[in-house]
Amino acid sequence: MNYAYYPGCSAKGSSADYEKSTQAVCGMLDMNLVDIRDWNCCGSTPAHAVNTELSAALCARNLDIAAQQGVQKLLTSCPSCLSNLRHAAKRMEDPAFHARVDELLDNPTALKFPAVTSVMQGMAAHCDADEIGRHVRRNLGALSLAPYYGCLMSRPAEIMDFGDPENPTLMESLLGACGAKVLEFPLKTSCCGASYGIPEREMTARLSARILQLATDMEADAIIVACPLCQMNLDLRQKQAANSADARFNMPVLYFTQIMGLAFGLSGDDLGLDKLRVGADGLLLKIEQAASAQRGSAEGGKA
Amino acid sequence: MKDTIDLGKKRDDAFITEVEAHSGQKFSTCYQCGNCTAGCPAGFAYDRQVNQIMRGVQLGLRDKVLNSRSIWMCLSCSTCSLRCPNNIDVATVMETLRHMARKEKRVAVPKVEKFWFSFLDTVRAFGRSWEIGTMALYMLRSLRVFTDLDLAPEALKKQKLPFKPHSIPDGGAAAVTRIFKRYRERAKREGVRP
Amino acid sequence: MRIGVFICHCGSNIAATVDCAKAAEIAKSFPDVVYAADTMYTCAEPGQAAIEAAIHEHKLDGVVVASCSPRMHEATFRRTVERAGLNRYMFEMANIREHVSWIGKDKEANTNKTAELVKMAVAKLRNNSPLTAKTFDVTKKVLVIGGGVAGIQAALDCAEGGVPVILVERESTIGGKMAKLDKTFPTVDCSACILGPKMVDVAQHPNITLYAYSEVEEVSGYVGNFSVKIRRRASYVDWEKCTGCGACSEKCPSKKTPDAFNEFTGLTTAINIPFPQAIPKKAVINAAHCRQLTKGKCGVCAKTCPTGAIDYAMQDAFVTEEVGCIVAATGYELMDWTVYQEYGGGVWPDVITSLQYERLLSASGPTGGHIVRPSDGREPQTIVFIQCVGSRDKSIGRPYCSGFCCMYTAKQTILTKDHLPWSRSYVFYMDIRAPGKMYDEFTRRAVEEYGVEYIRGRVSAIYPDGQGRYVVMGADTLLGEQVEIKADMVVLAVGIEAARGAPGLAEKLRISYDAYGFYMESHVKLKPVETNTAGVFLAGVCQGAKDIPASVAQGSAAAAKVLALFARDKLENDPQTAQVDIRRCVGCGKCIRCCPFGAIKDSEIRGENKAQVIETVCQGCGLCTATCPQGAIQLAHATDNQILAEVNALCR
Repeated sequence: MNYAYYPGCSAKGSSADYEKSTQAVCGMLDMNLVDIRDWNCCGSTPAHAVNTELSAALCARNLDIAAQQGVQKLLTSCPSCLSNLRHAAKRMEDPAFHARVDELLDNPTALKFPAVTSVMQGMAAHCDADEIGRHVRRNLGALSLAPYYGCLMSRPAEIMDFGDPENPTLMESLLGACGAKVLEFPLKTSCCGASYGIPEREMTARLSARILQLATDMEADAIIVACPLCQMNLDLRQKQAANSADARFNMPVLYFTQIMGLAFGLSGDDLGLDKLRVGADGLLLKIEQAASAQRGSAEGGKA
Repeated sequence: MKDTIDLGKKRDDAFITEVEAHSGQKFSTCYQCGNCTAGCPAGFAYDRQVNQIMRGVQLGLRDKVLNSRSIWMCLSCSTCSLRCPNNIDVATVMETLRHMARKEKRVAVPKVEKFWFSFLDTVRAFGRSWEIGTMALYMLRSLRVFTDLDLAPEALKKQKLPFKPHSIPDGGAAAVTRIFKRYRERAKREGVRP
Repeated sequence: MRIGVFICHCGSNIAATVDCAKAAEIAKSFPDVVYAADTMYTCAEPGQAAIEAAIHEHKLDGVVVASCSPRMHEATFRRTVERAGLNRYMFEMANIREHVSWIGKDKEANTNKTAELVKMAVAKLRNNSPLTAKTFDVTKKVLVIGGGVAGIQAALDCAEGGVPVILVERESTIGGKMAKLDKTFPTVDCSACILGPKMVDVAQHPNITLYAYSEVEEVSGYVGNFSVKIRRRASYVDWEKCTGCGACSEKCPSKKTPDAFNEFTGLTTAINIPFPQAIPKKAVINAAHCRQLTKGKCGVCAKTCPTGAIDYAMQDAFVTEEVGCIVAATGYELMDWTVYQEYGGGVWPDVITSLQYERLLSASGPTGGHIVRPSDGREPQTIVFIQCVGSRDKSIGRPYCSGFCCMYTAKQTILTKDHLPWSRSYVFYMDIRAPGKMYDEFTRRAVEEYGVEYIRGRVSAIYPDGQGRYVVMGADTLLGEQVEIKADMVVLAVGIEAARGAPGLAEKLRISYDAYGFYMESHVKLKPVETNTAGVFLAGVCQGAKDIPASVAQGSAAAAKVLALFARDKLENDPQTAQVDIRRCVGCGKCIRCCPFGAIKDSEIRGENKAQVIETVCQGCGLCTATCPQGAIQLAHATDNQILAEVNALCR
């Protein structure tokens, strides 16, 4: 089944592995993600921090392209893109605002835009837990995973429509369907420091350290994320976070699509695991050990 | 030494009205419980806590509020709005204050604004953002060496960050450039800082 | 007809924006008006004397007073004209204060409006006729609903006043929330020690009949003569036989039954007596957890009971009681705090409510009075108390203050220090509300003598640190900084809401309730225990947040109202009732169905069905007059003719 898809800029840069694993897992679930043509950057945080109309114009161009293509529902992986696109669509309902934004664009935009939703929600709508379970080839039962959504995915609730803004649980149900042990992770919607890694490194380091510390204390095997920026802050900047907190971390931070892909039996290459700074080898080893222990006991049982 | 604040003299009613109009929030509903401050992840980097920013607006203290570093360090994570017992969208207030401060050419933390423009410049040029381009522009703007030098070996080895920008294939880049051009022209016409 | 008109100045309240003398002058031109005057304070003694004098002097047979709202002084002036020999319904009032002088500043416009309102009142009065009240007997017996401290006080005071009392309590014991408390502020005396004697008095008073484990099913009738159907819930134990020995509970194998009395801090048996001082001290089976009732096999309690009181086949039973008054004292519930996901939403075991903490403090509680963490049974070192959880919070629809949380939190911190001298307590508060006698001193004692750390601010989130403790993220707004505390236990001062089912009971009692289910008093200041339904009174938290002293005071106040009402042998009705013109009535029965008071019945007159109004039940609401397709019902003192006369006076 085809789905219109807005990859977002990170998919072509720092989160190429998110993109790769998303395509791979969706492919297995018979979700064919098709890029809308000619898409541009949503403007991310800088655009709306500078000017709401500029931000909305960048988003509206994409929404308009999707509308022209007859798209009803548009999926995107990145929570920041999702937030911007949904905010823009909401603000464009105000005719005065719509007119101001249209002034910035080549052509007046459509009056009705397609609904934008996350790939995660798209996946849950596309197939149920049983369907996901049918694809599982590797048993993740040995892993304790800390689900981490970041601050953007579920808030503000009235814009994002992602369940309880304090306690979203969609990722848990997907990971649960893959057989993993999912921790009750209290900091699942706290902020990782967002884009302040460059201008205000200490901010990001401290906030990421809090999340990494709790996951470590809870003995999580990995933090599972859905946001390119969160992944970068928690993984690539993990050492900065450790230094700031005077701690040591060795916490793999995987996209939910990467861990699902592992459960589905895909290879590290299929999922871009080589891009992780803290590698997933330990996870794979744990899965393998649990599997062979199980085989052993099964054979022992037979003998 | 600090002067006592003469609340009568310093009160700028127009400021209160302006913040209320742009943010759509009513400041008299804030009873200063401090929940916004309690939950703010960036609070440690603030010169005034969120509830103090709210208080500043309540009293109409334009300078205190718009000259604050806090409005630039806000991460827009919306925790404050979510937990406010009086349903005030505090995150929108913070964003409104940033917009107003920029308009009045008061940017207490220039490096944050410089980073935003470094990012937006790559979008303007290529239609899509480009991480390495953003970093390079930011270094130029802030006259700062790459603050993330420690990350470079790892990031480059893993090819996390592409050296080439990912431009839009079908001429969309030019369309985005035009958006920025119109935006700047309009700002100039309206006499505000783009 | 000879009508006199009096325009009141009400000091400057009216006279400042109405030319009263001119209005009186205009009134003289209205039909049948033979006398008109303006007076300084018409309600004062000289003002009333002037009305009486004018009635005699000018041989008036009707009076109009233009002054304040009829809710204020209609009764006063009706008595005035009655003293002068007129029927009290030959009087009309025009409200020129609330409806004119207080709402407009234009003196000329106000004077004209005054004249027009008086013109309407005169037109109405010309169509009035004398009405006479009917008297009826009173059943001198009172129903008290709810056996918490307010209901207990009301019941005892009525009983002492010689009135038979029916006390209905939903739970299997009386005592309410107070019975769950360990100590009480501001004296820190033992709750059970001061409530216990009152509970025993209830059990032993010859004038009190207690129906525990019972609920009010239906209410009909009116002041003086209510009929109340009471559902006695099946307890599966014959209370006539049960001696409260507790043998059944000792032997019950179903030991994992949630313990509601202990606020679910512990477990109990499926058959149990909630606490040692329970009144009545009778066992009840929790049907959802009883093996005999769920699986059909066990029967241990039946075998154990020395008096053979167990009856697994017991069904709910109904009794009907006739009473003259009703006191509602249904109390409150804690709001469902699990909506606060940021506080764990009920998932973290050591984040508990104040009432649960109270059970931990209590010697008769699940821990025998030892403060220990529910998660691991260890004594907590650092305890954080959070105020206003579910109070003063618009975002979850609870904007009101729950009133007593500041005080019991101070009490709990003091008790904590007594129990665990090495512990440290923090209290996050927004404002300390301690206006009672010795209250503020009490909160200061917690700080000054017990070293409790009060922090002015709210808590944004609580989460387990993965190592057995809890991170409490707060703000100290006085310091202007974020603060964080690693706590072993967190106690939430959870706000209150109206008792479960409060609106449903209000509808049965035909009383009003606010948006949150709290019952509405008749007047916020001057009629705090009365309702707008005659004969129904309020006591305790069912009317709004209040602490024990205030609840007890209100219980006594409600009893005083009951005793005053029963001091009369007969009551008078208000003759402003519906009247059926039986020549027009076709017996369709629409009025019977629409009457909210059951005041119209079907009767047969010369072989035809006709509506008949029971005048002592009719409240004069007028629904039937508007409903009747034949126009066969008129409301006395608000007939079509009277209303049309007013309209015509204004519009023609």
